[in-house]
Amino acid sequence: MVAPQNVFANPDPVPNGNQAEGVIHAVIEKPISTRPSFTDRFADRGFKWVITLCALSVLAIVALFVYELIINSQLSLKQFGWHFFFGSNWDPVSGEFGALPFIFGTLVSSFLALLLAVPLSVGAAIFITEMAPSWIKTPISFLMELLAAIPSVIYGLWAIFILAPILREYVEPVLAKYLGWTGLFGGPAYGIGMLAAGVILAIMIVPIVASIARDVMSAVPQVQREGVLALGATRWEMIRVGVLRNARTGIIGAVILGLGRALGETMAVTMVIGNRPEIAKSLFAPGYTMASVIANEFSEASDNLYLSAIIEIGLALFIVTLIVNALAQALVWMTTRGMPARVNG
Amino acid sequence: MASNAVAPRILEPISWTRKLSNNLLTLFAVGSSILVIVPLFAIFAYLVMKGVGSINWAFLTQAPKPVGEPGGGMGNAIVGSGIILALASLIGIPLGIGAGIYLSEYGHNWLGNAVRFTADVLNGIPSIVVGISVYGLVVITQKHFSAVAGGVALGIMMIPTVSRATEEMLLLVPRTIREAAWGLGVSQWRATLSVTLKTASAGVITGVMLAFARAAGETAPLLFTAFGNQFWSFNVNQPTAALPIQIFAYAISPFDEWHKQAWAGALVLILLIVAAVTAVRVVTSRGMMKGAS
Repeated sequence: MVAPQNVFANPDPVPNGNQAEGVIHAVIEKPISTRPSFTDRFADRGFKWVITLCALSVLAIVALFVYELIINSQLSLKQFGWHFFFGSNWDPVSGEFGALPFIFGTLVSSFLALLLAVPLSVGAAIFITEMAPSWIKTPISFLMELLAAIPSVIYGLWAIFILAPILREYVEPVLAKYLGWTGLFGGPAYGIGMLAAGVILAIMIVPIVASIARDVMSAVPQVQREGVLALGATRWEMIRVGVLRNARTGIIGAVILGLGRALGETMAVTMVIGNRPEIAKSLFAPGYTMASVIANEFSEASDNLYLSAIIEIGLALFIVTLIVNALAQALVWMTTRGMPARVNG
Repeated sequence: MASNAVAPRILEPISWTRKLSNNLLTLFAVGSSILVIVPLFAIFAYLVMKGVGSINWAFLTQAPKPVGEPGGGMGNAIVGSGIILALASLIGIPLGIGAGIYLSEYGHNWLGNAVRFTADVLNGIPSIVVGISVYGLVVITQKHFSAVAGGVALGIMMIPTVSRATEEMLLLVPRTIREAAWGLGVSQWRATLSVTLKTASAGVITGVMLAFARAAGETAPLLFTAFGNQFWSFNVNQPTAALPIQIFAYAISPFDEWHKQAWAGALVLILLIVAAVTAVRVVTSRGMMKGAS
């Protein structure tokens, strides 16, 4: 913090000029203090306090959320205990609350989404990092950013009026005909149901998974690729041995991050899943998820037990997504750490 | 290590199975890239096709009419979204930037790590859970739904994105620039705000705009906070309409007239968001670190 003597007061010295010298003297006459003034030190301390408070507010908000969720779900936690998560009867009228149908719906729709989204995301990431010339790379990355920026409610709107009819008219009859024997594709095809929820979720998480997979794969050092290619590998062998094997952990992290997003996704799923608390084997049947039951029933919860049961579902959702996201972050961090150059990090 | 597997094959001619699998992979990668992009075009095409016909002056300026009466619009929802987003920005942007500055300038300690981890947690909390938490914190305290509650919910959701962007951008500013400022005898807070933050401003603005665009489309956190309103409301302590809530309510309604309005509302919303994201692209492509090096 110590300023060298007056050097900076004279940024543009003009050689041999009497008039100019006079000007310079006028600047130098007032020496720069080498110690920060009292007000500066006071302001520095105040500034540090203010931004520390901003940082602490993040901790406070999450702590308040957890407190709020736990306090407000006390009634249901005490009344049902662990049975809450294994009971399959959700009957607000008689005061029976079991969350199993919602947990089932959340898990099935999310895994269906992963099943569809993961191969596509990895394929797209391979295309972007390993194959595409740069004039394609930039627009594709931009389009994927746009996909990620589309609000959930617009995905839902599109899914109700466009995707569900397509599934009902073209996809579900074909699935029923050829794969009906599995039992997964039986019953009436409404379009609206678990399958529609899985498909729209897949479309929504692809940009997230693909963009992280892309980042992880571009973090693989170029020498790895060159080394494998020099040994006579084809491009696929190079990608499999040189890139995918090195980026494996990070790609799994990306997939789990996508899972975290799918588990908590609310609006689009609520709009197409059918909202019926049933555990059905067929993917054509309507279902219900943890997030959608909160969205649909929270404002109409008439008594305290009902409300606290819904908040307990929120608490469970919070804990599950917390674990899933922490796991994903750790995996992504393990593959990309040290890769991006940082100046003073 | 990994390359040992292919080592013995050097200089052997490439067998047809290897050629085939190579071509299949190329096909798969190109095909999945196309499949990934198709829904984007499908969504935009339908939004324009179905939405553009219902957008007119009345739609943009009027409040909804009761069921069965033709006309009406989402004017109140557009204004309501504006009010809620302004409140959210008032909360989310200063707190986010402040937290980001702390993390990059002072946060290389246990507290910084704790804040970083918690911000990631906050980023991963499902938006509906943010909604019910803010309901408990603000709506129950206030005893009614309000634009303020909606703003708090969206503002909280903006914090992690803004603070992450701020931290990353500040870390990119070379240390020599800070030292140059200190060397001139500038106090630390002035150096941080007028030199470091200013140098990184393009990147920070990008983060803010992305957070804003994300918040603009959020529906779930508003369901139990701003709640929605069929009428005009400029009082921040009253239930307030928001574009995403209105789209949701109209989309799941059984009326054709409302479906059309939902498409139109969605088109307006997406245009606002695309404008924000494109603006970000323009800002960043002009050089993230203008003047830094």
